[in-house]
Amino acid sequence: MTATTERQKAAYVSGQAADGRINVELEAEGMTLNLGPQHPATHGTLRIVVRLDGEQVLWAEPVCGYMHRGYEKLCEVRTYPQVTTLVNRIDWLGHFANEVPFILAAEKLMEIEAPERAQWLRTIFFEMARIANVSLFLGDMGVQLGALTPVFYAFRDREYVLNLMEAVTGGRFHPNFDRIGGLKEDLPKGWVGEARAVMGRVRSFCDQMEDLLMGNEIFDRRCRGIGVIPASVALDYGLSGANLRASGVDWDLRRDEDHPLAWKHCDWKVWTHADGDSFARYWVRLQETREAAKIVMQLLDGLPSGPIQAKVPRIIKVPAGEAWAHTENPLGEMGYYVVSKGGLGPFRVKIRSASFNNVSIIPWVLRGVFVPDVITILASLYFILGDIDR
Amino acid sequence: MTLAVDLAYWQTTTLKVLVVLGVIPAAAIVLGYVFLLKMMSHMQSRLGPMEAGPHGTLQLVADGLKFIQKEDIFPDRSDRFVFGIAPIVVLMSTFLLYIVIPAGPRLVVEDLDTGVFFALAVSSLSVLGVLMAGWASANKYSLIGALRAAGQLIAYELPLVLAVVGVVMQAGTMSLQGIVRAQSEGEIFGVGFLGNPFILTQFVGFAVFLLAAQAELSQTPFDMPVAESELVAGFMTEYTGFRFLFFFMAEFGSAFALSAIGATLFLGGWHLPGVEGSLADLTGPLVLGAKVMVVAFFIFWFRFTYPRLREDQLQAVAWKYLIPVSLVNILATGVLKVLF
Repeated sequence: MTATTERQKAAYVSGQAADGRINVELEAEGMTLNLGPQHPATHGTLRIVVRLDGEQVLWAEPVCGYMHRGYEKLCEVRTYPQVTTLVNRIDWLGHFANEVPFILAAEKLMEIEAPERAQWLRTIFFEMARIANVSLFLGDMGVQLGALTPVFYAFRDREYVLNLMEAVTGGRFHPNFDRIGGLKEDLPKGWVGEARAVMGRVRSFCDQMEDLLMGNEIFDRRCRGIGVIPASVALDYGLSGANLRASGVDWDLRRDEDHPLAWKHCDWKVWTHADGDSFARYWVRLQETREAAKIVMQLLDGLPSGPIQAKVPRIIKVPAGEAWAHTENPLGEMGYYVVSKGGLGPFRVKIRSASFNNVSIIPWVLRGVFVPDVITILASLYFILGDIDR
Repeated sequence: MTLAVDLAYWQTTTLKVLVVLGVIPAAAIVLGYVFLLKMMSHMQSRLGPMEAGPHGTLQLVADGLKFIQKEDIFPDRSDRFVFGIAPIVVLMSTFLLYIVIPAGPRLVVEDLDTGVFFALAVSSLSVLGVLMAGWASANKYSLIGALRAAGQLIAYELPLVLAVVGVVMQAGTMSLQGIVRAQSEGEIFGVGFLGNPFILTQFVGFAVFLLAAQAELSQTPFDMPVAESELVAGFMTEYTGFRFLFFFMAEFGSAFALSAIGATLFLGGWHLPGVEGSLADLTGPLVLGAKVMVVAFFIFWFRFTYPRLREDQLQAVAWKYLIPVSLVNILATGVLKVLF
């Protein structure tokens, strides 16, 4: 059987299974298993139809859309300042990072730039969102492999970062803090000192994870060589973020894109790993969390003074035009393509979120692995359901 | 002083049955509270239940009451009869385990001559119930879980038995009561005031026994059959209410029983140095309980610390490491037994 027909058959059976009209077990070999939409390993409502031969996966097909909330359409009936409230909820763990690319796109259209201090603070919150997001992954990977304890340490230490966010923005999960031309408010008194202490905690958390999980023999054996994605395949499927860097592709928008944000002022490193397996993805994310803490520390040290808001009209109208802005979000590349016709709100917004592309590799990477490895690979690809379905 | 009370055969039998009936839920509650709720919580830097009773002690009682009130759901396509009795079969094997465990010179339901053999034989009955549950649930996750459990039991029953063989050879008897006596009367290098707990000579056997018991109880890192992140809850997925409670009690009841067998075989069971005669009937249960907690601590410590092994790695641990090691241990025990 050629690959094409096998692929077609797979697509056919998957479609039938998705419709739930017929019992696919009657007409094909093996057993069809629905992983999700309600399954503990998919952290939400991703559904993966897998066909099993014993415990080996013959093929797998992700079915998404169970949590589609129509943000692109909703953006069209909101004004520009209102959109940040919506996009906060795309990758709900990386809250603030979702707002930044949209605001950057709007600023591009309006041809204004936020003041220096606002850009530095944006970068600080951006990296804190990364820490809050990725630290949960660092613990959750353990849960998916059966180690229950690390995730509680992750929750505990993420809490300090969220407290910092709350102190500034008033929101733990949905700060809604980024504004066109700057930020909503300045830092509260004493915040910088607290933030320094928390970054120290984040570093010790990373060390702890390295000891508890990465140093564990069983973890090592469960992750090494599992779900290997070569660099070329990763690029073909449009992977981004740590998933791409774990395959050895040295590509990070924070460094490679000319951003107004303050990464260019810091001394930090883009980590890559040559292996491309689940372990590499974990390792890269762990290093990135450390780097994020390092970036925040440097920015706190050199934080410039000055205003946090550029001069913008009271009622924001964006001139007609099209703009694209993207950043390196915790999950990977996230971008907004904003089309304006000169009104109060965008005419059309296209959101490019990282997880949608990252899960598109599932049919390729899950072929021929065992059921326990399915979980390892899914966990290591690290997607957020809101980021897939939007 | 003697505690001689003459009871008719039916009276003693009824008493024994009632004691076992009471011990299993009590054991499940004690282990569940101390290790599952409290030790795990503190390891994970949280408090665990604090509201039900002082320090949350009555949490499991409350949970149990809640389970009893829940609707007894049978899945639509399940095999109703098999689905219904599967938890009972599992709990039954736990009950049978308690028959041979001695808690004092006379505190034992039935001191069988082949006690160890009996205990290990009935402990493997539980997999029958697990298979029944997995098959009858008409759920693919349950089925995968049940088949994994069967594969795991076959693999780990062997090292469990082989680890015990060393003790049996040293004691010269298969009766658990006899093994306790051999440890309390024994001496090592001429030092006899502490007896001779077999852990001193059979430490390899003890390690193998602990690991195999861990697998037998499907605790992490050997919890493939119930791996909650992949199989939801394995063979228990479809169970609700008191049938789920049965599985829960069986899990912790057998954890207690296997720890008790481990304590009896390797740590001297109910024997406390210096306590003899009928006084040992009073101290016996307490001493055994303390030793059980020590063994169970190790089991749950591993459980909350390690990630789980994959199925093939799990089989490799049994066949490539545990079985050869325990065979060498038996050989060494035999040689040393002949020499000394």
